[in-house]
Amino acid sequence: MSEPGHRYVSTDRRVREDRRFVVGKGRYVADIGLPNTKHVALLTCPYPAARIKSIDKSAALAMPGVHYVLDGAELAAATLPLMTGLETPNVPRRPLAHEVARYAGEWVAAVVADSRALAEDAAEKVKVVYEKLPFVLDAEQALEKSSPLVHEAHGSNVLLDKTFTWGEVDRDFAAAPRKLSLRVKWGRSSTVPIETFGVVASWDPWRDMLDVYASIQMPRYSDQIGIALKLPASSVRVHYDVDVGGSYGVKRGIKHTVLVGYLSRRLGFPVRLIEDRLENMRGGDAHGPERLFDVEVAFDDQGIVKSMKLRALENVGAYAGRSPFQLGKPIGAIVGPYKIKSVQYRAMAVVTNKTTQEAVRGFGQAPTNVAIERTVDEVAEVLGLDPIEIRRRNMIRHEDFPYTIPSGTTYDSGDYHTVIDKVLKHTSYEDLKRERDALRAQGKLAGIGIAACLEPSGGNAMFEALLNPKITTTTFMDSCRITVDGIGSITATMHTTSSGQGHETLVGTVIGEVLQLDPELIRVTRPDSLNSLPSGTPVGSRMAIMLGGAAFHAANKLKAKLIAIGAHDLGIAPERAVYERGEVYDRNAPEKRRAWADLVQIAYRNFHRMPADMEPGLSVSHVMQVPTGGKLPDASGRVQMYPCTSFEFHMILISIDPALGRPQIVKYRVGHDCGTVINPKIVRGMTMGGIAHGIGAALYEEFAYDGEGQLMAQNFMDYLLPSSHEVPAVEIVHHCTPSPHTVLGQKGSGESGYLGAPAGIANAINDALRPLGISINTLPIKVAVLGDLIAAAQEKKE
Amino acid sequence: MRETLRKENRMRIELDINGSKREIEVEPRTTLLDCLRDTLGLTGAHAGCEHGVCGACTVLFDGVAVRSCLMFAVQAQGSAITTIEGVTPGPGELSPVQDAFCETHGMQCGFCTPAMILTAHALLADNPNPTREQIVEAISGNICRCTGYAQIVEAIALAAERLRGANRPKDARP
Amino acid sequence: MKAAPFEYSRPADIDEACALLAADESARVVAGGQTLVAMMAMRLARPTRLIDINRIAALSYIRTEGDDVKIGATARQCVAERDALIAKSAPLLARAIPNIGHAATRARGTVGGSLANADPAAELVLCAITLDAVIEYRADGESGEIPAREFYIGPMITTLPAGAVLSGVRFPIWRGKVGVGFHEVNARRSDFAFVSAAAQVELGDDGKAKRIAIGVGAATDFPLRLDSAEAQLSGTALDEKTVRDALRAALADVETLEDLHASADYRRRVAVDLAARALADARNAAQGKPHAH
Repeated sequence: MSEPGHRYVSTDRRVREDRRFVVGKGRYVADIGLPNTKHVALLTCPYPAARIKSIDKSAALAMPGVHYVLDGAELAAATLPLMTGLETPNVPRRPLAHEVARYAGEWVAAVVADSRALAEDAAEKVKVVYEKLPFVLDAEQALEKSSPLVHEAHGSNVLLDKTFTWGEVDRDFAAAPRKLSLRVKWGRSSTVPIETFGVVASWDPWRDMLDVYASIQMPRYSDQIGIALKLPASSVRVHYDVDVGGSYGVKRGIKHTVLVGYLSRRLGFPVRLIEDRLENMRGGDAHGPERLFDVEVAFDDQGIVKSMKLRALENVGAYAGRSPFQLGKPIGAIVGPYKIKSVQYRAMAVVTNKTTQEAVRGFGQAPTNVAIERTVDEVAEVLGLDPIEIRRRNMIRHEDFPYTIPSGTTYDSGDYHTVIDKVLKHTSYEDLKRERDALRAQGKLAGIGIAACLEPSGGNAMFEALLNPKITTTTFMDSCRITVDGIGSITATMHTTSSGQGHETLVGTVIGEVLQLDPELIRVTRPDSLNSLPSGTPVGSRMAIMLGGAAFHAANKLKAKLIAIGAHDLGIAPERAVYERGEVYDRNAPEKRRAWADLVQIAYRNFHRMPADMEPGLSVSHVMQVPTGGKLPDASGRVQMYPCTSFEFHMILISIDPALGRPQIVKYRVGHDCGTVINPKIVRGMTMGGIAHGIGAALYEEFAYDGEGQLMAQNFMDYLLPSSHEVPAVEIVHHCTPSPHTVLGQKGSGESGYLGAPAGIANAINDALRPLGISINTLPIKVAVLGDLIAAAQEKKE
Repeated sequence: MRETLRKENRMRIELDINGSKREIEVEPRTTLLDCLRDTLGLTGAHAGCEHGVCGACTVLFDGVAVRSCLMFAVQAQGSAITTIEGVTPGPGELSPVQDAFCETHGMQCGFCTPAMILTAHALLADNPNPTREQIVEAISGNICRCTGYAQIVEAIALAAERLRGANRPKDARP
Repeated sequence: MKAAPFEYSRPADIDEACALLAADESARVVAGGQTLVAMMAMRLARPTRLIDINRIAALSYIRTEGDDVKIGATARQCVAERDALIAKSAPLLARAIPNIGHAATRARGTVGGSLANADPAAELVLCAITLDAVIEYRADGESGEIPAREFYIGPMITTLPAGAVLSGVRFPIWRGKVGVGFHEVNARRSDFAFVSAAAQVELGDDGKAKRIAIGVGAATDFPLRLDSAEAQLSGTALDEKTVRDALRAALADVETLEDLHASADYRRRVAVDLAARALADARNAAQGKPHAH
């Protein structure tokens, strides 16, 4: 897997973060013990919609050890609503329900007590009088005029309804000999990390400083806290050296942080809120997409897809959050890996009386990929084409790159056909089909699922400006600072938290590569937000590209400075000086050299030996803008979304026990191309984990509600995360098509696996069902639902 | 014992924690997990679901892997508890299982990792030569959301192999 | 998710446990606690006093007595799972127990705790009903017993008298050419079953079913014994068609449960299928054939 010419990059090195994790010395937010910290428990609304008539706190406040009961009215008066992306001023979002609660589980009051157990005792004593209100749960019903309004002042339940037309859709549809339409449903699921969200806030009135420790993965986190709490962001110190116990997008936590930040300022002691699992599942605002797709495609007799119309209707839940934007990001890969020439895309987001969503791994791309890939399979089915063959025919070819898709994004590079070839070389397709047929002969339902999907990576957020023209942000930074100290040791900084992506290893590896020094010698730290350079967060599969890029550029700046110092001291032109493993020598006389210690000596203590006009010391930094970024969308809604596109090709054999409807993954192969791999262990782990998460979304996980608006899957006995039993052995076939836009040719992989697994599994199950003449396009595909469907089809056949 | 132990709604208990005797006072309702974390400062055990499904709170109870969230600390009176801190050989040192997890990168965020490693220790104490299926079965009660389990299974297999090797006499062949 | 406050007692013997229980009607006995403690954490159970019987050494036995295997209330599921005597004399239990939760919950979970908890999907409850086990208890210094088929009357509801503590269970030993089968279906392998089925068969020298017991769990408020099918299949060679017809008839009018995970139709239909598989396994085992897996 190692790419030629690299010393540390692409080599199979250990991940430095692991050492603290294996001994239980990760420092998670629940491990932060500030003296005199008090604990929050939350009182939640039992109804999907209710007016809060009164809150009686007296019995709770009378309990010894109980310090405060905060309600939504007090908090709303003292803070600003949370930032939302769309222009929806009449859909305010606040940490605690104010006047009206809009979903079952929404937080209504926060109790502060000496211990979490006591806070829960007291929360039971708070008496709230509610007036139940009519509610709506289903997205299509929410669109109807007669439907109850979730936010009355907004005047409708629609937050977003925007149609884009890229290319000659009508003409292409009229000209195409064949058309097909399909409805695909992605059920409400999320990333559900094993660590819930937690935050500790401590206000120091003598320093005007709010110290925040949180299990956070949120861009502009301290800005948003500052704005909501009406504090300058310079009074919000976010500690990034907190390990985050998994996130995959959802750990946004603004509402939690504003809540405890306010409480700490109000009460004068540190306050912590570590969600328990019920708070997390019901009211943590960490649900993911629940999306209904109506797809129409126009194609010819050879299976070439000419045009596509896609309507995506998102049920965002009670408040906007980041969710509506998750309809925007897929625009950057709206045709997947295919040469579809024109696209119409209608993005609709409605509010309902369900829990609010946050960003989920892939930011809407995984559901969109299911819609595209299910449709491609249906086209193949109609024409009697093999699912791999139809993909080959439609796919962008290696020589077509860079390739601009109708929605304006130029894909950087790819070699999709070769990846498929490599997977089929690893595992014979014919043998796999024989294995499927043998299973069928044994009385099983068996199917092969193919999915070819893209992972846009590099994470600019151009969907914001696309969906909300008032937003003009085109700057999306990440940064790194490297300091060589006075005795020559190296410290690099990164400026965000991590949730398992191995960023310290990434920074160390890249700097080690550039400086030709053992990465283990490079300390990587995380200063707090007040000591940080401008930075984003690990969203949008961006850190290998952006943090890796920033580290690369900073290291090159350091190298250039070392060369300048060495050359000057050697009395030669910098062009004649060569840098090698920490030393600088004269190209023409290699024995003339300055060792690392010499260079440090000059930079720190011998100003008289420094080149003119050079800063003393050895500290450099680099703030990096996302490659290819910087342009606003044009008038027709064409935009350059993420700079890089990784590719994944899934080939899955599934067997279903027809009597039970229980699927079992028999074989799982995936071809993966994310350009240059910086750390193979990390990239493999990401892909494996993404596939496991995708298996969950496809088969097990759903935040299901009953007709009364109650969340039925609110604990881990009903929301089913895949265990080791459910995740098969997966074989990955690696390919490397470097990106021309990144420093080492790397692309993103933080969402890999997840972006194609649900599509591949859905296709495999549909292949298995084909002999029965039925199909299923609603995810997750649950055992008993599948069982009932199969039984009904068998009955009909008999 | 019993009522006589009770003092202002707290009870005095004695536990053998990682080989040393600790006498502490806890409320009856304090779970063993909360006692380990909050009273004893052993934060390697993690609260993931607090209702016995995720396994992040796993500790060894008299040598057997159990959920520390599904037991009250008072119930552990007199028992031997091993936490992740107890299987770490010394400052800066790793047990063979811990080292194998580092070698295969059998984790990402690290939150489920201590529990996973304790489960692996319990498995390997019982079965030094587990098959892949046995490893999968052993860790099936520990949910990992990051890795998809592959590199965890590999870590445990690697640890087993190394531990078996460590106990084997040196190969005498030339 | 912290339990509401409670008092804790650790009685030295079962009669002391009974006395504590009789003194406080909101007290609960805790054995392995693998269900109760989770329910307490969610405050769905809130006993005022927890009576911990784990340390009562006299309750952790597994032994045979006459024609019965006797298991004490606090015998751990993981111990029963590996117990040679159970494997030999109550093989259905040996088949069923690995399906309970995970190794880490079986390490604490007890046989008696599961029986007393009366979850409709509990594997041990299904075994008890299928095999006509007898539940034993102590109350007020006296011993009592209730046949399992009279013990369970609803989801999480039993006829255990107020103030009584379940002390153990006896499973009758079947002798001769005996085979067992156990199947369940769920989404993930270690979850509560949507449907489960247990069967035990004794074959006569003619190869026909001499004695037969079939039970279905998780499909109804408490596990169901399929008496009519047993009667119909007794004396037959248990061929597939006869078996399925008998099972279908036995389950035709049963009102099955419907929930988030499975429809009532699914449960009724799959109950037939799993019971047939369990019965086939049992027949094959009695014939000395290995299980087809």
